[in-house]
Amino acid sequence: MNKTYAVDAAPLNGQAAPHAARRRPVLRVAFFVALGLLVAVLPLVLPLSSYVLNILMQAATYAVAVLGMTVVLGYAGQINLAQATFFGLGAYAVGLGTVVAGMNFWLALAVGIGLAAAAGCVLGMTTLRLGGHYLAMITISFQQIFDLVMVNWAEVTQGPDGVAGIERPSLFGWQLTDDRAYLLMCLAVLYAGIFFVWWLPQTRTGRAMRAVRENELAASVTGVNTLRTKVIAFTLSSALAGLGGALYAAGFAYISPDNFNFARSIEFLTMTLLGGSQSAFGGVLGTGLLILLPEWLRFLKDIYLAVYGLAVILIMVFMPAGIWGLLRAPFERRRKPAPVDLDAIAPLDFGVRAANPEPILRLEAVQKHFGGVKAVDGISLEVARGTVHALIGPNGSGKTTTLNVLSGIYRATGGRVLFNGNDITQHAPHERAGMGIGRTFQNIRLFPAMSVLENVMVGAQRPNNPISGHREALRERALSALKFVGMADRAEFLVKNLPYGHQRLVEIARALAGHPEFLLLDEPAAGLNQTEKKELGELLKRLRGHGLTIFLIEHDIALIEQVSDRITVLNFGKKIAEGAPAEALRHPDVIAAYLGEPAHGAA
Amino acid sequence: MESLAINLQVLFSGLALGSIYALVALGFVLIIRATNVVNFAQGDFAMLGGFAMVAFMGAGVPYWLAIPGALVVMALFGLVFNRGVYYPLRHRSYLPVIISTLGASIFMQNTVLYFFGPQPKPMRRVFETAGIEIGGVFMDTQYLVILGVTAIAVAFQYFLFEHTLLGKKLQATSQDKDMARLVGIPVAAMIAFTFVYSAVLGGIAGILVSPVLFVSIGMGSIIALKAFSATVIGGFGDVTGAIVGGLLLGVVESFGAHYISVPYKDAFAFLLLFIFLLLRPQGIFGEKVSEKA
Repeated sequence: MNKTYAVDAAPLNGQAAPHAARRRPVLRVAFFVALGLLVAVLPLVLPLSSYVLNILMQAATYAVAVLGMTVVLGYAGQINLAQATFFGLGAYAVGLGTVVAGMNFWLALAVGIGLAAAAGCVLGMTTLRLGGHYLAMITISFQQIFDLVMVNWAEVTQGPDGVAGIERPSLFGWQLTDDRAYLLMCLAVLYAGIFFVWWLPQTRTGRAMRAVRENELAASVTGVNTLRTKVIAFTLSSALAGLGGALYAAGFAYISPDNFNFARSIEFLTMTLLGGSQSAFGGVLGTGLLILLPEWLRFLKDIYLAVYGLAVILIMVFMPAGIWGLLRAPFERRRKPAPVDLDAIAPLDFGVRAANPEPILRLEAVQKHFGGVKAVDGISLEVARGTVHALIGPNGSGKTTTLNVLSGIYRATGGRVLFNGNDITQHAPHERAGMGIGRTFQNIRLFPAMSVLENVMVGAQRPNNPISGHREALRERALSALKFVGMADRAEFLVKNLPYGHQRLVEIARALAGHPEFLLLDEPAAGLNQTEKKELGELLKRLRGHGLTIFLIEHDIALIEQVSDRITVLNFGKKIAEGAPAEALRHPDVIAAYLGEPAHGAA
Repeated sequence: MESLAINLQVLFSGLALGSIYALVALGFVLIIRATNVVNFAQGDFAMLGGFAMVAFMGAGVPYWLAIPGALVVMALFGLVFNRGVYYPLRHRSYLPVIISTLGASIFMQNTVLYFFGPQPKPMRRVFETAGIEIGGVFMDTQYLVILGVTAIAVAFQYFLFEHTLLGKKLQATSQDKDMARLVGIPVAAMIAFTFVYSAVLGGIAGILVSPVLFVSIGMGSIIALKAFSATVIGGFGDVTGAIVGGLLLGVVESFGAHYISVPYKDAFAFLLLFIFLLLRPQGIFGEKVSEKA
């Protein structure tokens, strides 16, 4: 099953263009500060009725929760159908905390955020491992349990009657009891939230989140701790929801379980999708629209919710990037990728360790069984440091399975895998990547909706990469790797717009950016034309010239004879020959495996 | 002795309840296997089946004619659902599809709400007789019917999938769509059929459970959650698992409500689900699967 990127990213999506933020940072920041001030000041100067102020307050507090959805759904690609529960945890912390326990509002708010974040973290740690559909259903179940508890545990939660008389706080001596003052405070919080969510994708964690969304398996072998990344996204999302809920409770003075049910979670989800799940602005836009929509759509009355459900389907079919995505598309189309100064890019430094007679990799009787199928059946081999070692064999002989056991995607059924003398048999893929094992895939696995540069930056930010973790250092490293494979001039392109052959090179650059000591290539020549194959051969020779150890699977025997120092031949999960190319390829068992047994002496 | 009879009584109603979950879970599993996607409107198929009965009987159609009528409505609805909710998104990843089915669920519930109002509707039982008593255990006829029909549906499904050409084609479609297409199986038609079949299964579950739960807008959601829990507990995408999981869930819920707490009845199912996810996420019959690189 090919798991592709989650909620389909917008074509030429804004988040995939980090340089945009770098090019005109002053202008952008100034624009948003001005916009924020304008939005904040408007309610103070315009003669708005308290009804309108209430609607604005609702929009502002909901929008904070929706920002959380942007992080978890838009960035990390994980569904969350319990956002109203986290919102409710924040609200009840403030409601019960201030009214029943007599706590200070700000303390209660902190408790609320903490509770929501803790609940999100625990829920995430137990279920994000499973992902996908499980997560959807688990979050719904969590939402239902929350509902049940809030209604039935009346001694503590005050049951279906809810909590009334929640007071607004004061801040630095200013009473925020006035609608306008309180709204201003909510807007300030929302604005900070927008800034945080807007800034997040360009950070290490944000990039890791998007990599997980785009291709989880590739992210893990590139060194991203996928579970931790998803848990962080989920925790951030629930903390934001808790914050929004806490503000909501004091804003409206009264809360009851009805405010935090499943329908509300769906509402948050729809707001996120309508506005555009991959952008903070989209989420806020969607929230504003969906809160105002009921006002405009009063004529629909009873069928309002039915129209709403229909709208969800229509958004998914016709507007995968949401309204924000639609608004941005014309600008994105006109935008030319910034030119890259190729001469300024430093040559790729390989940092290969000094010669060491110890083999870099040793497999000891490794087995991998799937049910009764022995895909890998007791393979032992050694890869000498600084060599190109090829693994060949007919289809179904266990080559890719061996590679998957090596990079940790499969756990070996038996035997040991030793890397630099350390037993890594039980290590997770991202841990192995962190030790310096890089790899590419037979069916290219990149992060399609991210730029070429960002793809390679994910490779550069692997744990223990001996470069500074600073953004500029990662960028430089990524550009050097791209220059090495000849793709630096494409750095700002979206990966999915590149032709197949170029995608292969980007995948190799992604692995190289992490200073791999040991590079695994799974059929790098598959699908390439003759010219591209020749270029690949040159690239492999250059890599070998730098002393990098390469372990590759390939069907193109000519290419293998050109580049490899040693060949291991597999058939039916067992090693049938090994040696220098000429020797291994002429081994009678190898010929028999590829061409079949000669028929009764007649050759 | 007395307590044994009570326990058997609780077990009996748990099994009956569990068969409803199992029926809806079967529909779930079929769609998961055909499309790799969970249909979040599966429970609303049951709700719609119940309301189709209400509509037919309200129009004066006799009960025994209303049942096939409602099932035909469900079959047609399955076609529409496939075309409108799944088909346009078939080339996208699972997330847009499950969100789309969620939208469909909201749409279905509120459209029905508009026409029928929020008041739960009573529904007559299949047989007018109350039930029979064996050894101190009272067996409600409706519960017996539920158990019987579930058994028949499971047997039918087994026969269909294992012993007919259509079943083989359906299996091939669920395992590898590209390959199935290459050998000439009309994949789109097979998926459409799966939706129709699941809708009918959901309809049957709805009709059967209506006299017990009443016909209401929300009946589908809660059944769907339990049914999904059943598929996870049994083993995701596993037919036997769905049945065993459904029955187990019904029994746990029934005993939980009897011995621990009625208001938290629904929480037991979720608790069981959490326990399974923590300790055995692949379910009772599931195998650990890893993604192929």
